[in-house]
Formats: sequence, C-alpha cells, structure tokens
Amino acid sequence: MRQGKYPFVIGFLFLPVTLYSIFVIAPYAQAFQLAFTNWRGIGAPEFIGFENFQRLFNDTAFWKAVQHHGIILLALPLITIVIALFFAFMLNVGGGSKGGQRVGVRGSAFYRVVFFFPQVLAVAIIAVLFQMVYRPDESGLINGVLTKIGLDPIYFMINPSLALWSIIGVLVWQGVGFYVVLFSAGMASIPTEIYEAAEIDGATRVTLFFRVTLPLLWDTLQVAWVYLGIAAFDCFAIVAVLSIDSGGPDGATTVLAMEIYRNAFTYGRAGYASAMGVALFFLTITFAALTLRVSKRESIEY
Amino acid sequence: MGPQMTTQTERPRTGPGERGPAAGTGRKARARRVKSEVRLLSSLGHVALVVWAVIVIVPILWTFLASFKNTPEIFSSPWTLPAELRWENWGRAWTQARVGRFFVNSVIVVSCGVFGTMLLGSMAAYVLARYKFVGNRVIYYLFVSGLAFPVFLALVPLFFVVDNLGLLNSHTGLVLVYIAYSLPFTVFFLAAFFKTLPTSVAEAGMIDGCSHTRLFFQVMLPMAKPGLISVGIFNIIGQWSQYQLPLVLLSNAEDKWVLTQGIADISVNAGYEADWSGLFAALTMAILPMILVYAIFQRQIQSGLTAGAVK
Repeated sequence: MRQGKYPFVIGFLFLPVTLYSIFVIAPYAQAFQLAFTNWRGIGAPEFIGFENFQRLFNDTAFWKAVQHHGIILLALPLITIVIALFFAFMLNVGGGSKGGQRVGVRGSAFYRVVFFFPQVLAVAIIAVLFQMVYRPDESGLINGVLTKIGLDPIYFMINPSLALWSIIGVLVWQGVGFYVVLFSAGMASIPTEIYEAAEIDGATRVTLFFRVTLPLLWDTLQVAWVYLGIAAFDCFAIVAVLSIDSGGPDGATTVLAMEIYRNAFTYGRAGYASAMGVALFFLTITFAALTLRVSKRESIEY
Repeated sequence: MGPQMTTQTERPRTGPGERGPAAGTGRKARARRVKSEVRLLSSLGHVALVVWAVIVIVPILWTFLASFKNTPEIFSSPWTLPAELRWENWGRAWTQARVGRFFVNSVIVVSCGVFGTMLLGSMAAYVLARYKFVGNRVIYYLFVSGLAFPVFLALVPLFFVVDNLGLLNSHTGLVLVYIAYSLPFTVFFLAAFFKTLPTSVAEAGMIDGCSHTRLFFQVMLPMAKPGLISVGIFNIIGQWSQYQLPLVLLSNAEDKWVLTQGIADISVNAGYEADWSGLFAALTMAILPMILVYAIFQRQIQSGLTAGAVK
C-alpha cells in the first residue's frame, strides 16, 4: 500500500472504535468496579469489598434465579434440539432417495418456511401473544377450548410449578424452526454416497439417523447447544412480559437479568445489581467453557 | 449374535455381482421390513410435522381473527370467525393506543441504527481485514470479545454513561447504543468476508491512482454485497426485536417508545377493564409486517440469521 495509509486507517477506525469504547467497553469495565461498591446512582461510589457478593450468597431471589437458569439450561437445548433434529431429518432425508439424491418428505419447503417464521418475531411480541394463548379464562386460546369441552382450565402462568415450563414451551416454540434450518444446512453437506453405502449394508432409517447423520452433524449440534445455552442465560424479555409480576408468581420464573433490572431500576441498588451482573458473566463463561470441553471429540472428516 | 448377524455384517464385503441366491432372499425380507418401517416412521413423522405447523400457525391466525371481534365475542366464542370485520379495533389501536407512533419510532431507530452499523462496521472490518498496522490484532480482538459478554452485565453502567452524555430518553442515544452493540458481530463477520475477496482488483485500482477511500466505497463495498446483505438482515431483525435496551434508555419518554416496548406496555398494564380487541389488533399490527417481509425475503432471512452459526 502506498502513501496515506495511516491517515486512512485512523480515519476509518476512529468513529467505530470511539463509539465502541464509550458504550461497550467502558460500561463493562465499570460494571466490574461497581460490583465492589454500594453505589446507588448518585454521589461517589464507596468501596465495600466483597460485601455485595456475600449478600448475593444469602439472597434467595438470586439462588432461585440461578436454579431457574439451571432448569432452562438443561430443558431448552434438549427439547429444542431433539424436536429440530427429528424434523430436519424428515425434511431432508425422510423421503428416501430419488434419482440418487436424498430428498425430504412432501411439502418440505412449506414446513421449513412455516417453522422458521417465529424466529423473525421479537421475543417481547411473542410474549404478548402467549399471554393471550395462556390466559386463564375462556378468552385464552387453550383454556377457551378446554372449558368448551368441559375440562378444568390450566393455569399456565398462575400455577408456580407450571409457570417456568410454560415459558420454556414458548422458547421452544420460537426456537425449533431456526435449528431445523441450521441442521438442514448441516445435513445437506453430508455426501449422498455415505447414505447409499449404509443402505446397501442394510441400515434402516433409524440406524441411518443414529449412525450416519448424528455423528456427522456433531459440530453443528455443538454450536446449537452453545447458542441455546447462551439464550438460557438471558430470557429477560419473555420473563418480563409474559410472567406475572415480572418473574412471579412469587419468584417462580425469575431469572438473573430480571433481578438485575429490578435491583438497578426499581430499588436503585446500582452496585448490588452490578455484582449480580458479574455473577451472570462468570456463569455464562463457565457454561461456554464446559460445553466446549465436554463436547469436544474428534470431528469426522468426509 | 446369531448366525444371521454374521451374514449381515459380512454382506458388504461381497460385491453386487457375487451375490448368491440365499443372499437374495435375505435381501427381500429386509427390504420388506425396511419398507414397513419406513411407512410407519414417515406417517408418524408426517403427523408430527402437521401438528407442529398447526401449533405455529394457529396462535397467529387466532390473534388475527380476534382483532376483528368485540370483547363479548372474544370471551364467548374464541374459536369462531368474527361476526363482522370491526376495523375500528385497528383504528383504536393505531391512534388511541399509539401503535402508529411506536411503529414509526421503530422504523426511525432501526433504519438509522442499521445504516450506522453497516457503515461503521464495514469500515472497521475492511481496515482490520486488509491493512497491516500496529495494533490491528488488538483492535480486532477488542471488537470480537464483545460477542462473549452478556449485555446485562453492562446495563447498569450503560444507563449512567448515556445519562451523563445527556442522551437518555432520546432516539439519538438509543441509535448510538444499538450501533455500538451491533459492531462485534458485524466486524467479526465482515472482516472474515473481506479477507476472502481477491486482492488483484484492489491492486489494479491502486495502480489506476484510486485513493484508499474511493477504493473502499466504489470497488470493495460492491464486491462485498452478499456479506453485507446477510449481516444487514441479521442486524435489522436484531435491532427491530430489541426490548431491554429501549426499556432502560427510553423509560421516561413515552412518545419515543419503540414497537416492542409499546405493545408489551399495553399488555402488561391492560388490567381488568382492558380493551382486549384493541390489544389483539395492536399485536396483529406488529406481526403482520413481519409476515409480509418474511414472505418476500424468506430465503435471505433464513441464510442471514443462520450465517453466524454456519460461518
């Protein structure tokens, strides 16, 4: 490159880096500092050491939220991936082979388009939609039917032992289509000859799925697991809008993001909320590192 | 492990031409078994596919229908077609519930946000991908590390940063924050894309006396169009769906609220004397444009949103 390289480089980087430093890097750095203060938003922050973290340790709302993340972290990826894998297999391989090409069942294109659609909607909008679907009286989509046929209504968001699962259900409803498309891309890149060879060897479709598709899809599955795991650590919009009393009933659906928001903007405890943020950060990082470690295995070249 | 097992496992070693008659009958039996298994699996699978399609479509369709009903109808006959098309529900939601206002706000914020993100993101990505200079890697990893941090960690300090700049409760502040938080993925994705573009075109441009800036805008950007479209769609949908940032940064300026925030607020504060049909109409207005956009750009949206995962 010729003269004027440095002015050009600096000119192009100046705005993006400035913006990024002010709004992203500075707040992240401050969050770690504020976590060790009792700052309430005004005046000078006072350093209090690990006091916030000690308090966090005895905070039942915090532990409830962590427990909910644990449940979501196990259930959401498992349910979503199993359903999505099954559908992706049906849509790509399930129709047998035609003219040497693996094809999906009839109407595959239609299903793929429909299943993916919820991904385009904002979570907040979906949460409002399911508020209507889950309504406890006959105006709700599900309970309207149940009362019509003479059954007792199900109190999706009111029953504490059902509320969190109702939320997970919505997340699965939204997520499945995305992973169907993701897995379809992975399955499309598996060479047809491998399936043919396996079929000549007498492999049934179930064997094909477990012995051919699944191992060759391992990398994509790992990506899906990490994505869904990271999603499990957020859940703010859905809990804030769909649940009763933002995380209720009685904390039965609360998540860390909800508690951070409540502490910071309702109770004004900026320092304590930052400590929660730091805890959330370490949980996320631990999860990502563990997943990559545990699921690491030799990828199959083909 | 019976004797049949052995023949099965040994089968593949014999080529198609060398098959004995015994192998032929075994094959037929297996073919029959495979066929019935296929039929069972595919009919079961078909049912599952249809059921899931119904689960996805019905809540949305039901919302559309309910948006034309009045409140007694919503309660007494949630499953029937509306007696008449009550467009006044839509009118009420658009003006009284200010869905129109929220909609326009969302369009303004997202168009400015995505334009800024694409411009600044592609500039940074281009320089980082194709120019060697001191600190290049440091800046690159600074951007990419942003992908690993949950936004909620920064939320509290971010509120005060925006407040100190006097940008709280303003669209300008929200747009700048959107741009900043969209940069990590945009830079990460586009830098990888710019690296794949051939150097020969850029060199030819330089020989012709093209300046660095002109080279970027007139040669490199047009060449990067497929990548720009993917990451652009990703950002449009991401920023359009954003809920927590506007909730925190626009909390006291109701006339500036974006669509997600506005609709969620209508529903959360609905209470007992709620205008249910109005709420259904508002919800429909938020969903319908997405269906239209999705119907037109379905292919690009699917590849744009999954681009990050497939790489």
